Amino acid sequence: MSGLAMADLTIGVILPLTGPASGLGIPMKNQIALWPEKIAGEKLKVIVLDDATDPTQGVKNARRLVAEEKVDVLLGSAATPVGIAIADVAVESQTVQLAATPIGLPPGKDTWSFRLPQSNDVMAHAVVAHMKKQGVKTVGFLGYTDAYGEQWLKAFTAAGDKEGIKVVAAERFARTDTGVTAQALKLTAANPDAILVVASGSGAAMPEMAVLDRGYKGKIYQTHAAATKDLMRVGGKAMEGTYVVSGPVIAPAQLPDSNPSKKFALDFVAKYDGAYGAGSHNQFAGHAYDTVLVLEKAVPLALKKAKTGTPEFRAALRDALETMGRTVVAHGTLNWTKEDHWGYTLDTGVIVKVVNGDWKIE
Amino acid sequence: MDSTIASILLLDGLTNGAVYALLGLATVLVFTVTRVIFIPQGEFVAYGALTLAILQTGHVPGTVWLLLIMACIAALMELVSRWHHHRNPLAALKSALKVLAVPVALALVTLWAAPRQFPLEVQALLSVAIVTSFGPLVYRVAFQSLEDASPLVLLIVAVGVHFAMTGLGLLFFGAEGFRNPPFWDLRLSLGPVTLTGQTLIIFACSVALIVLLWLFFERALMGKALRATAVNRLGARLMGISSHASGQTAFAMAALIGALSGLLIGPTTTVFYDSGFLIGLKGFVAAVVAGLSSYPGALVGALFVGIVESLASFWASAFKEVIVFTLILPILLWRSLQGGHSDEEH
Repeated sequence: MSGLAMADLTIGVILPLTGPASGLGIPMKNQIALWPEKIAGEKLKVIVLDDATDPTQGVKNARRLVAEEKVDVLLGSAATPVGIAIADVAVESQTVQLAATPIGLPPGKDTWSFRLPQSNDVMAHAVVAHMKKQGVKTVGFLGYTDAYGEQWLKAFTAAGDKEGIKVVAAERFARTDTGVTAQALKLTAANPDAILVVASGSGAAMPEMAVLDRGYKGKIYQTHAAATKDLMRVGGKAMEGTYVVSGPVIAPAQLPDSNPSKKFALDFVAKYDGAYGAGSHNQFAGHAYDTVLVLEKAVPLALKKAKTGTPEFRAALRDALETMGRTVVAHGTLNWTKEDHWGYTLDTGVIVKVVNGDWKIE
Repeated sequence: MDSTIASILLLDGLTNGAVYALLGLATVLVFTVTRVIFIPQGEFVAYGALTLAILQTGHVPGTVWLLLIMACIAALMELVSRWHHHRNPLAALKSALKVLAVPVALALVTLWAAPRQFPLEVQALLSVAIVTSFGPLVYRVAFQSLEDASPLVLLIVAVGVHFAMTGLGLLFFGAEGFRNPPFWDLRLSLGPVTLTGQTLIIFACSVALIVLLWLFFERALMGKALRATAVNRLGARLMGISSHASGQTAFAMAALIGALSGLLIGPTTTVFYDSGFLIGLKGFVAAVVAGLSSYPGALVGALFVGIVESLASFWASAFKEVIVFTLILPILLWRSLQGGHSDEEH
């Protein structure tokens, strides 16, 4: 076997293409279809597997990808519980994981995992800053009963404490619930200045409508998983005035020219909407776009040390990701280091407001 | 908790409970007639709501293609089995065409009607018709040839049907959810409680359906035939009641009830392709409370599940599902202590 022949860069992708989080995985798969054929001169080989929003399936897929396909990079998942499960395989097999979800991992467990989305801390920082400007003192929390909801509650409570913003009621619901009347009752009874809804995709409209149905008049905030047009499609007029925190990709044309991500965000939106229809881009497709930007910078560094398909290359790639320094992507400015695999600067989060069924940057 | 909150929670619980009641009734109906524990009952709910949602956008819902495919498979099965039994090609062809007729007619009507954007009521009627005609086809394709199998085998097949229907739902409706417009834009304030038109429709439909079901089983000949099959399949067959026809009727009714439930909840929540499962499961809990054999029992059980769910969401929202599904344990224990099995309960 000649070492010179066909050294492909193999990327194993694990995404929720079915199941409750499929609304997040499918746009990513769409963007992957638009990926270039080569990254840093290496021919790209991409294998996409469906995890069905199921951690067990995600781990099974990850093991298969590292054992049989000898992938250089694992990309995924877009569902938080699955992403956390895959991180174990990344450590075991010493393969870089690029998670498309803000997975929380205990220290030491994330030596091989890097997050493409902004951390909930970074996003909570933007929400708290905006709330402070608006004079919000008390907040009601209405979020998923899963890892995404719990991490947000933790991040938000911590960020809020610093600014004197208190969570006065915390209620949960499941992705599959058909109503949250009872939770909305309890929240409105506490009468907070603002309510933070932590939900994703088209599922984010229902809880907000339940709160509005109970006559709530305060401000309502949504998180970056709700930053899709489905929020307006399902919620209609009721969503007007909602604040949504997001990365810069959501409405790049409105960004000031000084924002370093504007160029990439505009390029991503033009390409995605060009292929799948105007206004169809979202946060998660953006992560798939950023994957290419990250690899284009890190792979050449790693190639200096080893050839693709080897354990040495995988280790070199991890070192490259930790040492490549500030990297501008469509979602903000990344700066991964050995200590910090989250990477985004605190000014990354952008608050948009729903005005006339569209996003308006605040 | 004061009386205001209690009354709102109660109304919320009863509204959900009314829908669970319908699904519970359908589960009991299917089980007594065919001994199938019909797990995919909730899928009809999602199919009903989403078919209407797609019709609303002026497109042809994917359920129409699924209907045609299933009708073709069912017709083929019918053709082969008739041929095996009677060796009469003309009769076999005739019965196969009979299976095909309604679905094909419905598909043609939908293809013609979808882009014309008829009023909501017409589209709702069409959605119910499409989803209802799935019932007999599902029975024909998945269950009819297993008629004499044990309930466990039938349950396993039902789980398979559930996965198939959810997967196909994703294929046809996509991953994102839809919310339907309400049938009646009414808001009545009764003190602290706000009654919406949709809530009233849910109650009216549930009560009407329950009364109709009661009349059907007490008065109509076909209802009596279904009951006879439920009590003793062999005896009914000896009396000239076709167990195939009974099974198909039971499944058609279950699909009809499911589709109606879908239209009822469509305007109150966002329905996803897989939303039906959990709703159906709560109807199933209600049916289990009734020992899978009593219609009034299923009704009471469903209202009970709805209210418990509502209270649990209020007191401990993080543990709501745990509380609702744990309920089934003491009830099962009580039922099993209560006494042995009768032959009628299978």
